[in-house]
Amino acid sequence: MTIAFSLFAFGLFGLVAINIRRALEQVEERVEVRAFVSDSADIESVAAAMKDVGEFPEVRRVDYVSKEKALERARKEMGEFADVFEAGVLPASIEVHLRPGMRSPTIVKSVADRIRTYQFVDDVRYGEEWVEKLYRLRNIATVAGIALGVAFAAVAVIIIGATIRMTVLARAKEISIMRLVGATDMFIRLPFLIDGLVKGVLGGLLALLFVWAANRVINEYFIQTIFFDREMIFVGVVGGALMGVMGSLVSVGRHLRRI
Amino acid sequence: MIRLTDVAKEYPRSGVALAQVSFEVKKGEFVFLTGPSGSGKTTILKLLYMDDKPSQGEVWINGVSSKSASGREISKLRRRIGIVFQDFRLLEDRTAEANVRFALEVTGAPKATIRPKVARALTQVGLASKATSYPRELSGGEQQRVAIARSLINDPFVLIADEPTGNLDERATRGVFQLLRDINASGTAVIMATHDLDLVRRSSYRTIELNHGRLVFDSAESPASARPPDEPFEAFDTPSDSMRPI
Repeated sequence: MTIAFSLFAFGLFGLVAINIRRALEQVEERVEVRAFVSDSADIESVAAAMKDVGEFPEVRRVDYVSKEKALERARKEMGEFADVFEAGVLPASIEVHLRPGMRSPTIVKSVADRIRTYQFVDDVRYGEEWVEKLYRLRNIATVAGIALGVAFAAVAVIIIGATIRMTVLARAKEISIMRLVGATDMFIRLPFLIDGLVKGVLGGLLALLFVWAANRVINEYFIQTIFFDREMIFVGVVGGALMGVMGSLVSVGRHLRRI
Repeated sequence: MIRLTDVAKEYPRSGVALAQVSFEVKKGEFVFLTGPSGSGKTTILKLLYMDDKPSQGEVWINGVSSKSASGREISKLRRRIGIVFQDFRLLEDRTAEANVRFALEVTGAPKATIRPKVARALTQVGLASKATSYPRELSGGEQQRVAIARSLINDPFVLIADEPTGNLDERATRGVFQLLRDINASGTAVIMATHDLDLVRRSSYRTIELNHGRLVFDSAESPASARPPDEPFEAFDTPSDSMRPI
């Protein structure tokens, strides 16, 4: 149970981490470069430019937003102030959506600069400030995530090691006799390694169950969250098993010398 | 077979336990290790079954040297050494038979050979009828016999006994000692550390005496007398007088 709880803490952390990452990714998807097209631009140039830009390695999709569409959008966003905008006020634009991983401030700026070179482009906007803030936040979240993840994993290993150590101490007399009559170190260690492995896997599965239950409760009463996908679950259980084995190796190794 | 050469042992906290100890034990010998508490008897025995390594010098036993022995070699060596302690070191939650069997199980003996070997060992120590008893149901002497049976199970070439009669009354002591003599008579060397000078005096076995970690007397090197000059000689029962097992 101790192992399950320490892995549960690790799992909860994991759940929080992946949900924060998802939230950040969703925000990142809104990173786009918008190039405002001058009224005098001819449609062939714009179309050719759009094809060009679409082939940039950083670009996922290029959309054309006509004046009418721009007006419609603005009116929708403004809601009750919809009549603020008159027809013809808002320019047409090219919306450039970037691929995931290509949304750092430097890349976005470089794409924007390239688009700026087209003659018919009046202005290019990409929300420079908040792109930078978002990127910084993402980096902090990643580093913090890794650091906390390692800390939680270390705690889980220590707790598993302590649990195994208690088992070793309880069997100290038996182990000392095994050594006296000539049992090899591996013969003595193996049952404990297997014990650690089993405890790690079972603890991991139990922790997974707790985390799943917690996730259900959160979804029911608070906010929508995502759960781990199959790969993550597999990695998690294997991770639990590895932590179990490691915890055993460390504590048995240390105590084998003392008995 | 067993050779200690200039062996010294020092512990960081308690200091020198042994200094310049050298002696040899031949095949089939019976050797008493005597001396007051703290003289180094237990330390020598620990070095013999390689529970520890000497700070200086070399312990050589049946082809295995303390200078180069690997963990695996030590495990293999211990299968050929029988070890018996004052506190018996039996597993309380197992029967006499299971205690003896334990030594074979944990050393990977083929399953088919275990039962007959265990039966033979218990018979040899006179406890065939107590195979299913737990240690708490046995007397001190009987428990020590179980421990001896366990130590004999792999046909050791030497039996190391650290104060085997230390916790026993006189009757049990004589019974266990007789058993050790019988084992020795069948070819197994015996090295027995003991406080019991009475036991030592009443037999004619080789005696090595230690004091403050040094070897002060070895009867093998004083062929004229088998014991220190001022000790009276009193013959003990010969091995052929069988004692009722205790």
